[in-house]
Amino acid sequence: MSAAEKAAKPKITIIEAIAKAYQDAFAEDPKVITLGEDLADPEGGGIAKITQGLSTKFGDDRVRSTPISEQAIMGAAIGASLAGYKPIAEIMLMNFTTVAMDMIVNHAAKLRFMSGGQTSVPIVIRTMTGLGFGSGGQHCDYLEAWFAHTPGIKVCAASTPEDAYGLLRSAIEDPDPVIFIENLPTYRVPMSFTLPEPGHRVPLGKAAIQREGTDVTIVTYARMAVQARMAAEQAAADGISAEVVDLRTIAPWDRDTVLASARKTGRVLVVHEAVREHGVGAEIASVVSEELFGELKKPVKRLGGAYSAVPYSRPLENAYAPDAERILAAIKEIAA
Amino acid sequence: MADKQLEADSAVLLEIYKRAALLKANDERARKVILSGQIAMVYYSYRGQEIIPSVMGSVLRDDDTICTIYRGIHDMLGKGFPLPELWAELAGRTTGSCKGKGGPMHLTYPPKGIMVTTGIVGSSAPIANGLAWAAQLDGSDRVSVCTFGDGASNIGAVHEALNLAAVWKLPTIFVCQNNLFAEHTKFEKMTAGQNIAGRAEGYGIPGVRVDGNDSEAMYSAFAEAVARARAGEGPTLIECMTFRFFGHNFGDDDSYIPKEQKAAAMEADPVPRLRARLIADRIASEDELAAIEAAIEAEIDKAIEFALASPWPEPDDLRFDVFAKEIAA
Repeated sequence: MSAAEKAAKPKITIIEAIAKAYQDAFAEDPKVITLGEDLADPEGGGIAKITQGLSTKFGDDRVRSTPISEQAIMGAAIGASLAGYKPIAEIMLMNFTTVAMDMIVNHAAKLRFMSGGQTSVPIVIRTMTGLGFGSGGQHCDYLEAWFAHTPGIKVCAASTPEDAYGLLRSAIEDPDPVIFIENLPTYRVPMSFTLPEPGHRVPLGKAAIQREGTDVTIVTYARMAVQARMAAEQAAADGISAEVVDLRTIAPWDRDTVLASARKTGRVLVVHEAVREHGVGAEIASVVSEELFGELKKPVKRLGGAYSAVPYSRPLENAYAPDAERILAAIKEIAA
Repeated sequence: MADKQLEADSAVLLEIYKRAALLKANDERARKVILSGQIAMVYYSYRGQEIIPSVMGSVLRDDDTICTIYRGIHDMLGKGFPLPELWAELAGRTTGSCKGKGGPMHLTYPPKGIMVTTGIVGSSAPIANGLAWAAQLDGSDRVSVCTFGDGASNIGAVHEALNLAAVWKLPTIFVCQNNLFAEHTKFEKMTAGQNIAGRAEGYGIPGVRVDGNDSEAMYSAFAEAVARARAGEGPTLIECMTFRFFGHNFGDDDSYIPKEQKAAAMEADPVPRLRARLIADRIASEDELAAIEAAIEAEIDKAIEFALASPWPEPDDLRFDVFAKEIAA
């Protein structure tokens, strides 16, 4: 990267990285196919335009718009994968996975095991979510804990364009079903300077230390990783060194990286947008406590969404999920 | 090509009978084995429904796929599931087709196109569409069959799947085995319109109601649906009228089935009926059929012997087949 580039503002967004991942995967592997509501060009290339141009370039057989039938979408993806294809099924919003739960939980996740390894379901379920648009209770939930609790499914969420590209490419190539969760409010935020090269991969199950620190470990993912990076910057100004660990793969999660960081700092804060109660943070806090009980300087702290439906009204929506300010307050609390 | 034939001739009828005799004998043995305590398993008897999958097996090729349901061992045997791997799986042994991890409700055998067996009512249909989409992408004329019961005709997954198959013109064949009871509930009580085949009209696809216990009628209906699907003309919904002789799952109190209805159905047992027809029309002799049946019993004996002599899985096997890579110990 040139000095001029470094001086300039980043231009590349997560949405561009995902669109490029599609283009590159489709060009490289004829077994990659996709289906979902409005995905093909006559329907506009998807609500986020991620697949725009794809059906024209790669054909209507490989890029298919569907009826609003999430069970049928998931079933078709599962069936095609049983016959050797690598389908990317777009379930437009994460709340809509609820109407396809039988297909995802009883079938996609379990067919490999129940068949004794004779069949497998190498699908990617791409789904968008995240509060910030005043969509209320049925359009922006984070439901990753449900899937993380289901053996047989991997769960990913990226917080940078490079990770979005590299994780999605790895998810498409993975021999097992992967739920790839995309955050809508950070979709179009410029974060990087160049689009990833076609060979770029981020291995599933490997966390990223996005900022090194020595006093506090923040374990997080998705939009909360963006907020945690901002909070860590502010904490540094106050003389607290916070390490930000972005899980990237929520299940199965990278215990080694998290435990190594926790061992180093002795203080752990887990942050996610999903409801805190019974969330992914409970699992991480529990494992850290089990493994490092005598070494921790403070009890593990969790921040998460409120125990309510996601609200509509702006002040309520703002109050619902953690943000950089609340993460900073929590950092200070456990660093004290 | 046998699969382009739309009428069941003598050779086909004999072929159908061989399969039906195997299915009937296997069901009788399964109930006997459970009662004797040799193998403990959940079991959904299909006795009385043998003709439908025997016809399907006579029309389909090995590369055609099938997604079936918990009451589906007849569908699988009709499609060629090998008896030793079947019985070892029922017995929960490592030599079972699914290494003992699936059991009677999740039997799978891809070499014969038996891709999914689901314990969830109606869920065979959406997955069958994906296998049909793959056939389209491959440029293959293979077809994808899903079977389900009359109860599944009222679950959303089946309707979503019928619509998608119609709009994508998929080579999916929807085979509803209407045995007149959804679990313990009478068909006419919970199924509006009492005409599952008629629902096809709403999706703009052919819907056929056929006597599933009549080999020739069933053959014509199914062979035509397969020919349509192979020719790229899209899906068909076939409602095969039949009857199950026993309760929903083996051991349940089947008092919800009226005694007279059950007695009449058993009196009209489709398997001996076909057998008598073969003899009357001189398609096979009594001796020939007896020899076929004896050979089937001997094969079942051998399969059960193999199953019961096979090793049980080890607890450590839980770490394998969750993902492609093993789970750390």
